[in-house]
Amino acid sequence: MSAYIAKRLLAAIPVLFGLTIIVFLIMAMIPGDPATAILGSYATPENVEKLNRDLGLDKPLLQQYLIWIANLFQGDLGRSYTLNRPVLDEVLERFSATLILAGTALVLCSILGLIAGVISAVRQFSWVDKTITLVVLIGISIPSFWLGLLLILVFAVNLRWFPASGMYAIYGGGGPLDLLHHLFLPALTLAVVATGVIARLTRTAMLEVLRQDYIRTARAKGVTENRVIYRHAFKAALVTVIPVIGIQAGFVLGGAVYIETVFQWPGIGSMLVKAISTRDLLLVQGGVLVVASAYVLFNLAADVLQTVLDPRLR
Amino acid sequence: MAEASTATAPAARPRKRSSGRPDNLGLLLNNRLATAGLAIFALIVLTALLAPLLPLPDPDVTAPADRLLRPLSEGHLLGTDALGRDILSRLVWGSRVSLAVGISATLIAAFFGSLIGLVAGYAGGRVDTLLMRGIDMVMAFPYILLALAIVAVLGPGLLNALYAIAVVNIPFFARNIRGIALGLSRREFVDAARLSGKSHAQILFIEVLPNVLPVIIITMSTTVGWMILETAGLSFLGLGAQPPQADLGSMLGDGRKILFTAPHVSIIPGLMIFALVMSINLIGDGVRDVLDPRLKSGALTRPVARTAVMRDHAPGKFLPSPGAVLDVRGLRTEFHFGREIFHAVGGVDMRLGQGECLGIVGESGSGKSVAAMSIMGLVPTPPGRITQGVALLDGEDLFSVSDERVRQLRGSAVSHVFQDPLSTLHPLFTIGDQLIEAIQAHQPLGKARATEKAAELLKLVRIPNPAERLKAYPHELSGGMRQRVCIAMALAGDARIIIADEPTTALDVTVQAQVLSLLDALRRENNTGILFITHDFGVVSAICDRVAVMYAGQFVETGTTAEILSSPAHPYTAKLIDCVPVLGQPERRLDAIEGRPPVVNDLPVGCRFAPRCPRAREDCRTGPIPLTRFGAGREVRCIHPLTREAADA
Repeated sequence: MSAYIAKRLLAAIPVLFGLTIIVFLIMAMIPGDPATAILGSYATPENVEKLNRDLGLDKPLLQQYLIWIANLFQGDLGRSYTLNRPVLDEVLERFSATLILAGTALVLCSILGLIAGVISAVRQFSWVDKTITLVVLIGISIPSFWLGLLLILVFAVNLRWFPASGMYAIYGGGGPLDLLHHLFLPALTLAVVATGVIARLTRTAMLEVLRQDYIRTARAKGVTENRVIYRHAFKAALVTVIPVIGIQAGFVLGGAVYIETVFQWPGIGSMLVKAISTRDLLLVQGGVLVVASAYVLFNLAADVLQTVLDPRLR
Repeated sequence: MAEASTATAPAARPRKRSSGRPDNLGLLLNNRLATAGLAIFALIVLTALLAPLLPLPDPDVTAPADRLLRPLSEGHLLGTDALGRDILSRLVWGSRVSLAVGISATLIAAFFGSLIGLVAGYAGGRVDTLLMRGIDMVMAFPYILLALAIVAVLGPGLLNALYAIAVVNIPFFARNIRGIALGLSRREFVDAARLSGKSHAQILFIEVLPNVLPVIIITMSTTVGWMILETAGLSFLGLGAQPPQADLGSMLGDGRKILFTAPHVSIIPGLMIFALVMSINLIGDGVRDVLDPRLKSGALTRPVARTAVMRDHAPGKFLPSPGAVLDVRGLRTEFHFGREIFHAVGGVDMRLGQGECLGIVGESGSGKSVAAMSIMGLVPTPPGRITQGVALLDGEDLFSVSDERVRQLRGSAVSHVFQDPLSTLHPLFTIGDQLIEAIQAHQPLGKARATEKAAELLKLVRIPNPAERLKAYPHELSGGMRQRVCIAMALAGDARIIIADEPTTALDVTVQAQVLSLLDALRRENNTGILFITHDFGVVSAICDRVAVMYAGQFVETGTTAEILSSPAHPYTAKLIDCVPVLGQPERRLDAIEGRPPVVNDLPVGCRFAPRCPRAREDCRTGPIPLTRFGAGREVRCIHPLTREAADA
């Protein structure tokens, strides 16, 4: 099994390289002069020329990429002109906040989605199943940025149970409890869509598995029905759901852009939106690269977990 | 998710005929929801299309005096926004923009995605690899993030947001369509078109495209809601529609700034996006249900723990036959699909004594497996149900006892061995785990003691290195080894009866003989009764004491193996025996029986075999033929049996 995991890790390397190529190319395709785009229209010609030289934009594309990737390996993603600090510092700082939010949402949607899906399948066609199916449909269709606003109105403004924005209280904040208090609403909002997707898939997977011959075998052995469902069927269903949880990591990381904006969470999503509006393209580049790499690693983790569960894949 | 695979239907499941879907509640609800979605969507689209004709105020005219009016104000049904603009009017015009953008993005994504998928699937080889690697790279990005990167490059704006959303959705189309196109391009009609000299483009667009159209439509109907949602999201972030142009997303984004003072300004457009996306998703689900064959047949219903027993009338008091451990009387099992009823088992009696082996022989679809699986309630419900009969196990009616009692008896009194040992063993647990579970289900043994017993069982079924093998997974064993494991599992609870459902069919011949002799030895050593289901008279002669021949849900002939093999009375039995090849008689013709067994929801009035019987006469078709005594310990359901003399004896 460790050989397989090592193989998967190695296979992730070309994907990560591919990411750098796409990120690099996207930025290279900026219409007009990139230096002007980066520095903004009020830049002096001297500055533009200097940046062009600094970025190596006067060289051929391949050479540009090699310089860029060499810098990347030294942790140099350039400087943000709006923040006047190294892109990497800003991105990593922001990313830790995003990781807390998205990670919590991912755990939340996995647990809720799996539970809802299993209950729905076990109680197929009952009112519980129908209610879950309807709630899931609403969850998948609801705009998360709007849901966030509704939750703020109800739980922050009217009931005052949770804060409306930020990661820590401004006065006397800090500490894990304060963080949890701030985390609850945004993490919940972020988890809604993924919960729906996972619940749907879990239901289908459970129904599919419960029809298999080996479930009949388990019943023929005289195993209790609870054991049949929660041990035999659930484990097999989990194997098909786990890759989808990996994919949902992408939707959660992406969806964080909305949720961080709505809840003013100091993460990489709200940073990206601001950076796009101010055309701070190096910051955008660094942010996209870090989030995309994180997604690749999430998928890798899902892959490995699937292998641990399914001996046939080893 | 357009998987082309079809779900494996249970073996006894008859094919559905014309009458469409089963009218179970879930599908009906689903359908009704799709109709509701369609109505809402049509209403929104119609309103948006008719916007210029509707008596609405100009959506962009500001009126600072009337700013932030609440809904239901005079002249402003939904109130006004921060600049005093009429929200209702802006909502209608905004929906128009959102719809146009979402649908355009879908069309663009569908066009390019399908094109890539078609070419990749049709061309195959290096082109396929190259295109799909590119698609994989795009999919390696979190969905919205890539759209953001594209908007970052192109600059904020509604059209750029549209392009961005279209681009990130291309992979969904490309992947789905490529899979189907790949399968199609290997098919005969494509080869035929190629041979007839058509160009690649002609084949692709005339032969292949029409066949992938349903998949394109499913993918479109499932992604258009998404795309509307995401373009609205980009506008919400201020990266899509720029003022004065407004779509639903930018209205929501504007309203957010005054959320605390005038929540209606943001709640209303959000509600509209929600209604729009929800209605589209409802339609999408409906479309998928209709076009996805797996859901259409109602295949995804969960079988419950035990076959439903719904006997029309309480069974009379039966006394078990002397010497019988298992005594089944008048068993009827049906499958209900909507209004259609399939009479899989139509009145069957079975008796099994200690250490006896009774073979049930018949073609596939004859109901032999269903009859055997009915005994311990292992016929899937839905759609199966037992509608008549009793199954006495030591005088206890298995159809009347509680679920818990059936569970206790399964594996301890009656155990099972199934046909395909690969699919009947759980792929994710070691065989040790599965054996130990079977042991612990009925005996309160500790882990160590149960492991010991599991190894003993493996030894009993002649598996070498049992302690080592316990750690193996089913896929690591050969077919014969797997079936031995299954037999070991059936022995775990010291069952008095083993129901073996075609246990040798999936094995090759030498392994078949080994498994048969193993079963035979075990029954002689442990005095276990075996109910042996097979279609093969060769196998019957090797192990069974008595045989029951089954056809279209009924026994047509029963008796001792020797007698039936030497002088079959029912024409069907004779035909089945003729199907067995005999060593040393290569010139012997192997007669397949002409025709097919009748569909069990549409049975002939008289003899069920009459349509295929060479000896059938007029009186065979007039009424039901009873199973009548035919010599000592023998019965036959035929009024013109092959060996008359035996009847007179």
